[in-house]
Amino acid sequence: MDLKISALEFANKAKNGDISVEDFIASTLERIQKIDEKLHAFLSVNEDAINQAREIDKKIKSGENVGACFGMPISIKDNMCIKGTKTTCASKMLEEFVAPYDATVISKLKQQDAIFIGKANLDEFAMGLTTEFSGYGPSRNPWNTDCVPGGSSGGSAVSVAAYECIASLGSDTGGSVRNPASFCSVVGYKPTYGLISRYGLISYANSIEQIGPLTRTVKDCAFLLNMITGLDPNDNTTISSEGEDYLQGIDEGIEGKKIGIIKEMMGEGIDPSVAAATNDAVAKLEKLGATCEEVSIDMVKYSVAAYYTITATEAGSNLARYDNLRYGYSFPVEGYEFNSYISKARTRFGPEVTRRMIIGGFVPSAGHAGKYFLKALKVKSKLTKEIAQTFKKFDLLIAPTVPMLPFKIGEKIEDPVALFLVDINTVTANLTGRPAISVPFALSGGLPIGMQLIADSGNDKLLLRAARALETTVSIEENQI
Amino acid sequence: MTKIGLEIHCQLTNLHSKLFCSCKANYREFEINENVCPVCMGLPGSLPRLNQDAVKKATMIAMALNCSTPEKIAFFRKNYFYPDLPKNFQITQLNIYGNTSVGGEGSIMVGDKKIRITRIQLEEDPGRLIYEGSSSKNQITLVDYNRAGTPLVEIVTEPDFENPKQVREFLNILSDLLENLGVSDPSLEGAMRADANVSIEGGKKVEIKNIGSFHDLEKAVHFEITRQESLHSRDIEIAQETRHWDDRRKITISSRSKEEALDYRYFLEGDIPWVVIDSEIQNKLKSEMPESISSKKERYVSKYDIPPQVADVLSSDKFYSDLFEEAHTDKNAKEVANIITTDLMGLVDTREKREASKITSIHLRDLADSIQSGKISRNSAKNALHEIVKTGNELSQIIKDLDLGNVSDESELIQIVQQVISEETQAVEQAKSNPQTINFLVGKVMQKTKGKADPKLTLDLLKKEIEI
Repeated sequence: MDLKISALEFANKAKNGDISVEDFIASTLERIQKIDEKLHAFLSVNEDAINQAREIDKKIKSGENVGACFGMPISIKDNMCIKGTKTTCASKMLEEFVAPYDATVISKLKQQDAIFIGKANLDEFAMGLTTEFSGYGPSRNPWNTDCVPGGSSGGSAVSVAAYECIASLGSDTGGSVRNPASFCSVVGYKPTYGLISRYGLISYANSIEQIGPLTRTVKDCAFLLNMITGLDPNDNTTISSEGEDYLQGIDEGIEGKKIGIIKEMMGEGIDPSVAAATNDAVAKLEKLGATCEEVSIDMVKYSVAAYYTITATEAGSNLARYDNLRYGYSFPVEGYEFNSYISKARTRFGPEVTRRMIIGGFVPSAGHAGKYFLKALKVKSKLTKEIAQTFKKFDLLIAPTVPMLPFKIGEKIEDPVALFLVDINTVTANLTGRPAISVPFALSGGLPIGMQLIADSGNDKLLLRAARALETTVSIEENQI
Repeated sequence: MTKIGLEIHCQLTNLHSKLFCSCKANYREFEINENVCPVCMGLPGSLPRLNQDAVKKATMIAMALNCSTPEKIAFFRKNYFYPDLPKNFQITQLNIYGNTSVGGEGSIMVGDKKIRITRIQLEEDPGRLIYEGSSSKNQITLVDYNRAGTPLVEIVTEPDFENPKQVREFLNILSDLLENLGVSDPSLEGAMRADANVSIEGGKKVEIKNIGSFHDLEKAVHFEITRQESLHSRDIEIAQETRHWDDRRKITISSRSKEEALDYRYFLEGDIPWVVIDSEIQNKLKSEMPESISSKKERYVSKYDIPPQVADVLSSDKFYSDLFEEAHTDKNAKEVANIITTDLMGLVDTREKREASKITSIHLRDLADSIQSGKISRNSAKNALHEIVKTGNELSQIIKDLDLGNVSDESELIQIVQQVISEETQAVEQAKSNPQTINFLVGKVMQKTKGKADPKLTLDLLKKEIEI
C-alpha cells in the first residue's frame, strides 16, 4: 500500500474504489507502530480507526453519500478537543483530561468523514518551537532524527512528513504551524485571523493564534481549508468564508504580482544556505512573472519582544483555569486550604510553561504594565499599521520561514532567549492577523528549508495561488525514514 | 459629613440564557451543577459567546439611569484565583481606554437629592460557594457552578448619600426601575446584592462587603456610621479597609485580608470583539424601552384623574401597573385603580401570594365594569376579588356561585323596602322630617339583602314609598 500520496489523490482513489480505506488505515497504523517509537509524533492513537474505516468502505460500496475526506487519516495536535478522547496539550497538568465535546474543526471534519488517526505531540500548551518542551518527550525530525522537528506543532509536521497520516491540523500562535512545516518539509498554513474557528482549541494566546493545516501539497491545504473555515457561532472572532473555494483558480499563477522581500527577516545571523535559498526563490518567482523588491518593515525588529510579552500575558490568564479542581490529573483537593492547593496543583506545569506564567504575571502587573505589556501592544499596533502600508504597495511578502536550519535536539534548550529568536520571521503574521504559508523549498545538507509567503488579511486565496506557483518550481526527494 | 457610595450587583434574571453560553440565566430551579456546559465551566478550549440580549438590557438600564452610553463597548479580564471562578478570571468591563463600559456619568433623583451614577458595567456572576461544617478547621467548601456566567450588571454610584434612609429610598426606586424595565426580578433571592463604602468627616473610606439583602445594607451602613462616629469622637483614626457584614451579629468586622493589595492584571478580552452600539441602535433600544415609572404616574393622574398617591403606588410596582394597563378602559380606569390599590394589594402582599394568585386583567376589567353598571356592589366586589385570587374562576360564575349579584329587580326589592318601612316606623317618621336620616333605612335594606341591594335603586324606592 502506497501511503505517500496526497490528500486529493487519496480522496479520488477511495471514491473510485481504487483503494480500500480499511487497508489504507491498517497500513497507516502499521507504519505508526513501526516508526513512531523513533519519531514520537503521536501522544495517542485512535484505537477505533479500523472500525471507522470499515464503516466508510461500506458507505462507499453501497453508494451512500460520503464526505469529501473518504476516511482520510488526519492527525490532530493534542490541544484540540475530540469528544471522548484524552486532550493533554502535552502537559502533565491535563494528563487525564478527556474532552467532553468536539472542537468546531473536529465536527466539520467528522461531517466530511475524516478519520482522526491520533493526537499529535507538541510543546506543552504549544509553548515552544522544537517540541522538546512536551511533557511526554520530544518528537524527532524524520530528515535527521538527531534534529528537532520544529514546533510547537512538531508532532503534526512529523506525522505528515513521515507518512503516518495524510494531513494534520496544528495551531499557530507565533509560527507553530509554519516553523515545524519548514523544518520537516511540509506545507504549513496560518490563515487570516478569524478564518478558522478556535472553539475547542485550547487557548495559549487567543488574540493572535489560529488553527492551520499541515499537508504534503498546497492544494491539499486548500482542500482542507474548504472544509474548516467560516463563521462559527461558538467563536465570536470568526469571519465568513461563504462562497470561497480555495482550490478554485489555485493554478492561475502570479504574473504581474508585486512581492516584497522583507529586509528585517534576511538580516544578521541568517544561515547562508537559507539566505541563498531565499534569493533562489525570488529569482524563481520573478521567472513566473512577479516583480520582487526589498522592503523594510521597521517594527519587525521589536516583534519578538512584543510577541513574548503579549503571549505571556494572555497565557498567564488562559492557563489560570488549570487548578485541577474540575479536571486535570489525579490529585485530591480534600484537606487543603485553597491557595496552598492551587500552588501545589500547578507545580505540574513544565519548565517553559512555568517560565511564561511567571513572565505573564509580571509584565501586565500594576507598576510594570506601562514598561512592558502596554509597550508591547503599542509595537503590535505600529507593526500592524506598517504592514497595512506595505500591502498598499505589494500583493505579497516573502521571507524564509525560519532563518536557520533544523538544529540538534538539546542544542538550544538551555538558552531560552536564543530559542526566542527562531521566531523572528513568523510572529509578524500573528501579531498583525495576516495569513502566511510555509512551502517546502530546498534541502541543505539533507535538512529542509521552507519559504514563507505572507498576504494581506482576507487574501488567503491569493496566498495559496502564490504558494502553489512557488511549489511548482520545487522538486525535493523523499526523506528516508 | 457622612458620605456613602454603593456598588449594586443586579442579575438580569429575565434573560433566557447566561452571558456567554446557552445555559439558563434562571439557575435557581436546577439541581447542583446541572445548569452547566463547557463554556460556563471554563473547560479547556471553550470560548465565550456574547449574549446580545444582555448587552441590550444592560444598555437600557444605563439609559434609564440617564447615563451616557458609548458607541463601542469592550470586555476585559479581571484575573484572580477563587474557587467559584471556573476560569480563574472574570469577564467584566472597565474604562481604561476611555468609556467602554455600557454606561456612565448618569444620575437619578431620590426625592430632592440627586444621586450620581459613576459607571454601569456588564459582567458574569461567579459560581456559588456552600460551606459545610461548623468550626473553621472542619469546614469544607463546596462549589455549585449553576450560577457561574449569569449576566450581572454592576451599578456604581458616587458617594452622594448622606444617610441610610437615602440609601434605602434609592434602592427602592432602583429596584422598581429595574423591574419596570423588565430586566430583572429583584425579589428573587440573590438577584440584587450591594456593597457600600462609608466615610465620615472627610475621613478614610471603609468598604463593606458580603451584605446579603437590601434590608441588611441599611443596617450595615447605619452600624458603620455609628462605629466610625464613635471612633472619631475619641480621636481614634479610622483605617481605610474592607469590612465584612456579619449577618448573625449584625455588625461589620475587619476582613484583615490583603484584598487591597490584589492586582487584577486587567486586559482586553480578545475572545469578544468590541460591540458597536451606534446611535441608530441606541435609538431603537430607546423606542423599545417600556414607559418609565414617572411617565406612567403622570399619565394616570392627568388622563384618568387618579389621585397622585394612588397613581404613585400603582405605577411603581410592575405587577400592578401591568394589570392596570391591560384591564383599564377610559371609562373604568379609576375604578380599576381603586380595586387594585384598596383591595388587591392587601390580598397579594407577598411574592408567594402573587405567584399563587390566579387573577388576570380580564377579571379586573369585569369587576370594575360590573361595579360601574351596578351589577355588583363594592362590598360584594371585595368578596368576589377574594374568590378570583383564590380560584381564578370567571366573575359571572363567582357571582352566581356565591350569590353576590345586586338585587336590582324592582319587584323583588320593593317587597324588602316595604318590609323595612313597616318594621321601622319611628325611623320612617324621622326621615320624613329630616331626609338625611333615610340612610339608616338604606342600611337596613342592605342588611336584609346581605349588601346586594342596588344602593341607588333602594334609595329611590324608599323615597317613593315614604313619599319624600
